[in-house]
Amino acid sequence: MMSNPTPESLHPGLNLGEEHGEDHLEAETSVFGFWVFVMSDLVTFGMFFAIFAASSAPMWMAGGPGPKDFVDIGSIAWQTGFLLASSLTSGMAVLSLKERHAGEGASRGRLIFWLLLTAVLGFGFLYREIADFVSMAQMGAGPTRSGYLTAFWSLVGLHGAHVTAGLLWCLTIVVGVLVRGVDKRWKLALLRWAVFWHFLDVIWIGLFTFVFLGGLI
Amino acid sequence: MLASLFGRLNWDSIILVKEFEDPDLQLLITSGAAAAIPLGGIFLVLLLWYLKWWKPLLGWLTSVDHKKIGVMYIIFSVVMLFRGVVEAVLMRTNQAVALNGGFLSSDHFNQLFTTHGTNMIFFVAMPFLIGLINVAVPLQIGARDVAFPKLNSISLGLTGAGGFLITISLLIGQFSTGGWTNYPSYTGKLVNPGPGVDYWITAIGLSGIGSTLTGVNFAVTIYKMRTKGMKFMRMPLFTWTALATSILLIFAMPPLTAACVMLGLDRYLDFHFFTNDQGGNLMNFINLFWMFGHPEVYILILPAFGVMSELSSTFAAKRLYGYTSIVAATMCIAVLAFFVWLHHFFTMGQSTTVNAAFGIATLLISIPTGVKIFDWLATLWGGRIRLNTTPVIYLCGFLVLFVLGGFSGIILANPTLDYQVHNSLFLVAHFHNVIIPGTLFGILAGIHYWFPKMFGFRLMESYGKVTAWLWSIGFVITFMPLYPLGLMGMTRRTVDYTDPAYVPLMLVSGAGSLLLGLAFLFLIITFWRSIVNRKQLVTPIGDPWDGRTLEWWTPCPVPEYNFAVLPEVDSRDAFHTAKERGDAYAPIEKYEDIKIPSNTYFGLIIGILGCGLGFGLVWYMWWMAAGSFLAALATIIVYAFLPEREQVIPAEEVRRVDENWRREARETYGVTRDDEITEANKGLARPDVVPG
Ligand code: HEM
Ligand SMILES: [Cu+2]
Repeated sequence: MMSNPTPESLHPGLNLGEEHGEDHLEAETSVFGFWVFVMSDLVTFGMFFAIFAASSAPMWMAGGPGPKDFVDIGSIAWQTGFLLASSLTSGMAVLSLKERHAGEGASRGRLIFWLLLTAVLGFGFLYREIADFVSMAQMGAGPTRSGYLTAFWSLVGLHGAHVTAGLLWCLTIVVGVLVRGVDKRWKLALLRWAVFWHFLDVIWIGLFTFVFLGGLI
Repeated sequence: MLASLFGRLNWDSIILVKEFEDPDLQLLITSGAAAAIPLGGIFLVLLLWYLKWWKPLLGWLTSVDHKKIGVMYIIFSVVMLFRGVVEAVLMRTNQAVALNGGFLSSDHFNQLFTTHGTNMIFFVAMPFLIGLINVAVPLQIGARDVAFPKLNSISLGLTGAGGFLITISLLIGQFSTGGWTNYPSYTGKLVNPGPGVDYWITAIGLSGIGSTLTGVNFAVTIYKMRTKGMKFMRMPLFTWTALATSILLIFAMPPLTAACVMLGLDRYLDFHFFTNDQGGNLMNFINLFWMFGHPEVYILILPAFGVMSELSSTFAAKRLYGYTSIVAATMCIAVLAFFVWLHHFFTMGQSTTVNAAFGIATLLISIPTGVKIFDWLATLWGGRIRLNTTPVIYLCGFLVLFVLGGFSGIILANPTLDYQVHNSLFLVAHFHNVIIPGTLFGILAGIHYWFPKMFGFRLMESYGKVTAWLWSIGFVITFMPLYPLGLMGMTRRTVDYTDPAYVPLMLVSGAGSLLLGLAFLFLIITFWRSIVNRKQLVTPIGDPWDGRTLEWWTPCPVPEYNFAVLPEVDSRDAFHTAKERGDAYAPIEKYEDIKIPSNTYFGLIIGILGCGLGFGLVWYMWWMAAGSFLAALATIIVYAFLPEREQVIPAEEVRRVDENWRREARETYGVTRDDEITEANKGLARPDVVPG
C-alpha cells in the first residue's frame, strides 16, 4: 500500500494518537477504506432487511409457521450475550495493542488471549445459531417453506456468514501475530477486523430488535 | 461419475456441435459468433507466441500500476464493444425486414437484446469509465497511485471474470433471454431452468463486487491521496465526477449484488424470494434492481460529464465557467439519484400519489443537469475553440444530442405520459439518446484526449474526426426514427411485427445502424493507423492540448511513479497557473527515492478463480465451484502472510529522467493551438492569444 497523506487528508475521527507516527498515516487510508467498505456492506444488509420487512405480513407466510412458532427467545438471549461479550473482548484486544505501544511492555500474549477469547465467544454464538436453524428445519420451518421464511433465513444467515468470515479473519490474525509478531501489517489488520466485528454487533442489535423481538410482538 | 464431473454440461451444450448435428440458419449465426471465440483464442495465442509477448503480457496482467490497469480496462471494453455493436446491428437489420417475420427466431432475438444490454452496460460502459478514471484521477490529484493498488487489480480480475462468463456463453450453452433487467418470474427456475439466467447472475454478481471495490478504492484515493494544497474545491471536475461515481458505486452496487444472490438462491436452493407461489414477490426484485439501476445511469453519465467539463475548458482555453455550480450540481445529482428509482415501473401498480412523488423527484434532476449544460456553453463562449479536433466534435455532438435525450426523459418522467409510451421504442430511443451521445461520446472523447498520457502519442485527428461524425450521424439516423415508431405503438423487444406502417422508419433505422457499425470500424482504424504512424505523433513533453490540470504536468508516456516530485497546488488549474508564471518546467533541487509496489499475481488469481466459480455454478459442476471458492479464500489468506514487496527507484534515476524532461521542455519552442494537430506538436504548449 502506498500513501502520500498530507495533513489535510488525515481523518480526525480515526486517530490512533500521536505516538503511532508513520503507522498513523497509513492507518488513515487503510482503516478509513475499510470503513467505507463496511458502509457498502451495510447497504447489503439494508436490502435484506427491507425484503424481510416486506415479507413479514401473514400473506407472505403462505400458511407456514410464523415467528411465534419458532423463535426461541432463550437461545436468542444467549446469542446476544455471546456476541456482545465478544465485542467487548475484541475491544480489549485492540487496547492491548495500544498499551504495547505506550511502552508498558504488554505482551503479544495478552493480545492473543483476547483474540482467542473473542473467537470462543463467536463460536458459541454460531453454535447456538446453527442449532436454532437445525431445529427450525426439523419443525418444517426451512427457508423453502415460504417467502417469509426465505427472507428470515437469508437475513439471519447473511449475518451468520459474516460472523463466520470474521472468525476466520480473527484466527488468521492470531496465526499472523504468532508467526510474524505484532508488526504494522497485523496491527492494521486488527484495526480493520475490529471495525468489522463491532459492525456485526450493531447489525445483530438490529436483528434482535426487529426480527426476533419484533416478530414475537 | 461423468455426471458429477461435468454437471449438466454435455457435448450438445457446445453450440458448434449442435450446428454440426442439425444445421440451420439461426444456429449458423450463433455458431459463427461461437466459432469466433476458439478461433480468436487460438489466433491470440499464436500471435503472442510469434511476437514473444508472453512475458510482457504477464507483466501487464500482474501490474498494480493504475495507468496500466486503466489501459487494460479500456482494451477489455473495446473488445466487448465489438460484440455489443455487432449484436445491435444484427437486431436492427432483422427488425428492418421483420414485417411478418424476420430472419431471427424469437429466442435468438431475446438473447441478442439481453446480451447486448447486459454487455453494453456492465462490460462496455462501466469498465470504459472505470478505465478512464484509473488513468486520469491519480494524476489529476497529484498522487503516485491509488489508495489500494492490489485491490485495484482484484477489481479488474473480477470484471474480467464477468466478461469471460458472458463471452463464453456464446460458445457453451446460451445466455439469459430475460433482458438486461432479468426480471423474475420469467427468469425463475420454473420458466427458465437452463444455464442462461445463471450466466447472467454469475457474470453480474462477480463484476458487481469488482465495481463495488473500485468505488471504495477511488473514494478513498480522492479523500486521502490528494497532494499538498489540492483542496476539494481545487480538484478538477473529472475527479469530482469520479468521486460522485465512486460514492454511487459504493451505495448502489449492493442492491444489485443482493438481487443476484436472491435470484440465485431461488434458482439453486428453491427459496421463495421472487417466485409466484409460497409467498414470493417479484416486485421485490424489481425494486432492488432499480435501486441499483437508476443510480447506475448516473454512474454512467457523471464521469462523461466530467470529461465534457475538462474538454470544454481545455479546448476553449478558458477557465471552466461556474466551477462551483457544476460541483454542486454533480453532488446534487448523485444524491437525487437514489430517490427516483420507481420511475422505471410507473405502470406496475403503485398509487397515483407515489407515482407523482417519484415523477416530481425525477423532474428535479433536470435542474442540476440543465445548470451544467449552461455552464459548458458559457465556458465555450468567447473561447479559443478548436473545431478541428476530435474531442470538440464529440463535445458539440454531446451538447446538441444529449439535450434532446434529456427532453425525452422529461416526457417519460411524467407518469401519465409514461403510461402511453413505456415499453415502446420511444423508451429505447430515449435511453440510447442519453447513453450514446452522453456516456459513449464522453468515453470516446476521453480516450482521444488522454491517449497521449497512456501511450505517449496522439491519435490521428483525420480518422478521429471521421469516427466522431460517423457516431453522431449514425446515432441520429438510427435512433431518431424510434421516437415516432414508439409513439405509433411499436413495442420494444419485439422480433417482428405485422403493421406495415412501421416499415419505412424501420428501414431508415436499420440503415443508420450500419453507419454505427462503420463508426466502430473507423474507431479501430483510428487506433491502427495511429499506432502505425506513432513516430510522427509522439508528444514526449506531455502537454499536447495546452492542458490546465496536473495530469498534463508529466511526460508522455507517464513514468511509473507519475510525478518525480509531488507537485504542490496553489490554485485551481494549477498547471495552467504555473505555465503562466513561466516556471512550470523549472529545475528542481531535491529528488528522493521513490517506492512503488511490485507486481502481484493476486488479482489475476482471483480473476481466474472467479471464472471457475461462475462456470462451475452455471453448469452444476459443484467441485469446480466449491474448489474455486475455497482456493480464492486460501489465496486471500496466503497473501496476508506474504511480505509486501516494493520496488525502490533511486533518486538518481528519478533525477536523470526528470531533468532530461524539464530541460527538453525548456529548450523546445512549442506549438500554438494553430499547429496543435500537426506533427510539430511535441507536447509543449506555447501561449496564443485568446480572442475577446
Ligand atoms: C452502437 C449502437 C447501438 C445500437 C445500434 C443499439 C441497438 C439496440 C437495439 C436494437 C436494442 C433492442 C431494442 C428493443 O428492445 O427493441 C437495444 C437495446 C439496448 N441497448 Fe443498445 N444499441 C447501441 C448502443 C448501446 C450502448 C452504447 C448501450 C449502453 C452503454 C446500449 C444499451 C442498451 C440496453 C441497456 C438495451 C436494453 C436491452 C433490453 O431490452 O434488456 N446500447 N440496443
Ligand atoms: Cu431511472
